[in-house]
Amino acid sequence: MADTTAISANPPMSRSRLASLLVGLAILVTALQYLGFLPAALHRLPEALVPDFARYLDAFFNFVKDDLGLFALTRWLTGLLQTVLDTTANLLFGKRRWPNLGPIPWTAIAASMAVLGYYLGGWKMAALVAVTFCWTALVGQWKIAMQTMSVLVVAAPTAFIIGLSLGVAAWKSPAFNRALKPVLSVLQTLPFFTYLLPAVIFFKVGPTAGAVATTIYAIPPMILMTTLGLQKVSPEVVEAGHMSGCTKLQLLRHVYLPSARTEILVGVNQVIMLCLAMVVLTAFIGMPGLGAKLLAMMGSFKLGRSFEIGVTIVLLAVTLDRMSKAWVVKQPEHFERGTPWWKRHIALLLGLGAFVVFCIVAQFIEVASEIGRKQSLSVGKELDTGIKWFLNIEWVKATTGFLRAFVNVQILIPFRNFMLSIPTPAFILLITAFALWLGGRRQAITALIFFSLVALSGWWDRSVITLYSVISAVSIAMLLGLPIAILAARTEKWSQRLLLVCDTAQTFPSFVYLIPAIMLFGITDIAVIFSILIFAMVPLIRYTIEGLRTVPPEVIEAAEMSGATRMQKLVNVELPLALPTMAVGFNQAIMFAFFMVIIAAFIGTQDLGQELQRTLAGTDLGKNFVLGICVSLMALTFDLTILKWSSDRKKMLGLEE
Amino acid sequence: MTTDAPVISAKNVWKLFGSAPEAYLKDMPAGRSFDEIRSDGYIAGVKDVSIEVARGEMLVIMGLSGSGKSTLVRCFSRLHDITGGTIEVEGQDIMSLSEKELIELRRNKMGMVFQSFGLLPHRTVLDNVAFPLEMRGQDKHARRERALEVIKLVGLEGREDYFPRELSGGQQQRVGIARSLAIEPDIWFLDEPFSALDPLIRREMQDEFLRLQQLLNKTIVFITHDFDEALRLADRIAIMKDGAVEQCDTPDQIVLHPATEYVRKFTEEIDKARVVHTETLIERGLDGEGDPVDASASVQSLAKLLIQDTRSAIPVAKDGTVIGAMQREVALGILVGTE
Repeated sequence: MADTTAISANPPMSRSRLASLLVGLAILVTALQYLGFLPAALHRLPEALVPDFARYLDAFFNFVKDDLGLFALTRWLTGLLQTVLDTTANLLFGKRRWPNLGPIPWTAIAASMAVLGYYLGGWKMAALVAVTFCWTALVGQWKIAMQTMSVLVVAAPTAFIIGLSLGVAAWKSPAFNRALKPVLSVLQTLPFFTYLLPAVIFFKVGPTAGAVATTIYAIPPMILMTTLGLQKVSPEVVEAGHMSGCTKLQLLRHVYLPSARTEILVGVNQVIMLCLAMVVLTAFIGMPGLGAKLLAMMGSFKLGRSFEIGVTIVLLAVTLDRMSKAWVVKQPEHFERGTPWWKRHIALLLGLGAFVVFCIVAQFIEVASEIGRKQSLSVGKELDTGIKWFLNIEWVKATTGFLRAFVNVQILIPFRNFMLSIPTPAFILLITAFALWLGGRRQAITALIFFSLVALSGWWDRSVITLYSVISAVSIAMLLGLPIAILAARTEKWSQRLLLVCDTAQTFPSFVYLIPAIMLFGITDIAVIFSILIFAMVPLIRYTIEGLRTVPPEVIEAAEMSGATRMQKLVNVELPLALPTMAVGFNQAIMFAFFMVIIAAFIGTQDLGQELQRTLAGTDLGKNFVLGICVSLMALTFDLTILKWSSDRKKMLGLEE
Repeated sequence: MTTDAPVISAKNVWKLFGSAPEAYLKDMPAGRSFDEIRSDGYIAGVKDVSIEVARGEMLVIMGLSGSGKSTLVRCFSRLHDITGGTIEVEGQDIMSLSEKELIELRRNKMGMVFQSFGLLPHRTVLDNVAFPLEMRGQDKHARRERALEVIKLVGLEGREDYFPRELSGGQQQRVGIARSLAIEPDIWFLDEPFSALDPLIRREMQDEFLRLQQLLNKTIVFITHDFDEALRLADRIAIMKDGAVEQCDTPDQIVLHPATEYVRKFTEEIDKARVVHTETLIERGLDGEGDPVDASASVQSLAKLLIQDTRSAIPVAKDGTVIGAMQREVALGILVGTE
């Protein structure tokens, strides 16, 4: 295969030579720096040369805000949103606002949701829903969970409607689509802190800002899935619509949208999951709910309670994910002729019935309506003792202590210092060489521009520290994850099991990954790396298994018939063919890591995340954006390069058109 | 049968795919070949086609995949806008129609059946069949009644409430046929309707189709890549290659007198005795004696008679009256394949 590359394509040859040239240059500059010959101006950009992007941006935002009247618009929207949020807040947890009906008894909600679960996915789903809601109520977190849900039930439908409309528009107009694409990729790599501050400034602290940030955060995948679904509608179905005499609107409403149902519902699933992930994070801007409680508990090191909240969040995430996925695959079933009306709508009737019954029951039995603080079955204190005991066991203590001391002092810190010691131009050259080697000239130029911008932003050192966390965590994740995935991929059974674990883990809002990290390592650098590491391992394992399992069986059989041993087969056949898919996982791991590293700022890091979090306290909109864009630019560089390589490679191997 | 003006009349129709097809066609020198056009960066989907379809006639368009047959039929229904030439449907230039008029035409005059059925997956059989009626705003009651009627016609009674995925391929295509018939179209387009079905079902559906056609007597444009199917169904066959019509004639004539080398290759493997009817073999100035044979009988069906008979000329009769005679020698030649 190496031969064919060399023969068939001349450019890659010269590309790799150019790349090595750049690397050589970078090494030279670094060597000069170590020998002390490099002028300081070439090591780091002098402060004087850094343009004050933050101020420019501030000026720009002020202009938009005040002169263009955006502020007036957002204030008006705030009012509107506030009304809706107050309504859901009243219904779900009894905030004293119109319509003053709530709170709805928890038993009524749990029961009707369980019926919905049954309708969508049968008994198992109903049981999952019931367990989730009962757990939440019984450990005494019903109210904070409903605070979170009250925002979610507003944000998710809003994101759905906006995403769907924009998706349709992007599908209709290629020009709009072209304009939207880059915006979407930036939005998807922008750290979430960057969503939060504008939301606060334009939409008031609290649930309103939380709802806005959550909505915006969840829109991009909905747009993408809608466009994808509409493009995939079979041309014959469309022609059938034309021949049936559809007008344009009829075609969209009766033919396109229903035919794209699957993709649109997958979009709904993603909207719900992203909303949940984000709504938890809005704790950082003072939104009450599960996230805020978790933040407070972790801050005061009450790990037992944190753990319980973590379980609630995870259960909610899994339930919402399973339910919406069940909706995706639920196909319409026909009823035999003459089925009575009540039988056709049995689920609806049962749900309503359960709701009404429990509402009435709750009037007489208080526990069915609300579980008070004293009655809850929370075992936070006991768990705390348990965790302390576990951490004090000799070997556990020894292990975490060793990891903390050895890995941190011997590996991580030296690595970080080394990265920081590389002169800025050399660093940029290295990244450019990497992009050139993997992607191509275009990717290299993009990398050059993006990283130069990062250097110009004046936050270079913190950016490098961010990158250091990402690289070390992803490297360790590869060291651990790849062998696990390769082993699991050997049998169908284990592949399925591990994929299920990954799928489930992927639905957890990122915030909960901090809990075990803090439990084991306290508030240290290692905890940061550890939380990123487990978060990033999920896509790595997932795509590796997928890549290995989808190698065409006849190729494997051919290798076996050629007398390859297991190892030979793996190295010569399976891995090369799985590599493009694995690269997608690797890319996602990096994206996840960038995401997590910002959240981990909570633990107290020295990277961009920390600075970003600080901006939340004030009104530093310009600085907030500069920081956010730095992260986005770095993430995009990797994203563009690796995905380009993966698709090139797939084309070369004939795995994809 | 073919006394009226043609229902569809296409004159010098071109359909080019590429960046600026109209401008290219205008400046293109005459007589440019398919490959030359392709080297200029355009694909000739339909290349200078002139063809007419008479009322009540079944025209089968035949060709290999990529020969332009599907494109041509999509030009007839204006699912594609043509690049050059004119297409008239019942005397009306369809390229001059506004979007509204076009929708009206489709809602009232045209029906189409698709190769992979093109059913709406979220609608029941009944709702799929009633879809065109719903689009033109018929009230719920009337369209349900009409849909049930057509569903019965295609033999799907009792499956009205099923969803497409609950049906077999053959049943799904019956739904497609029922839908195309719901508005009682005058013109019926069928784009390889049976190609996605397995051979046994295909045969059954062809019979079903012939039965329907006898009942309804529509003007039909039928597309297929299966020559046997074409021979079985067609009044006339148009054979296409590289966007152009190579020959358009009755099955008998195509088999007996292929116009080009390409058509000859196609017909080579065909058992001509099954296709050729005695009517085609009538020679002028020939008189036969004795019992006549029927004009619509195939040579193959007369095999025994042709071998045992001793007459050199056999009279041919249509509806009981003798209309001419054929040479036994010629018919025998076709039978044994020396022709």
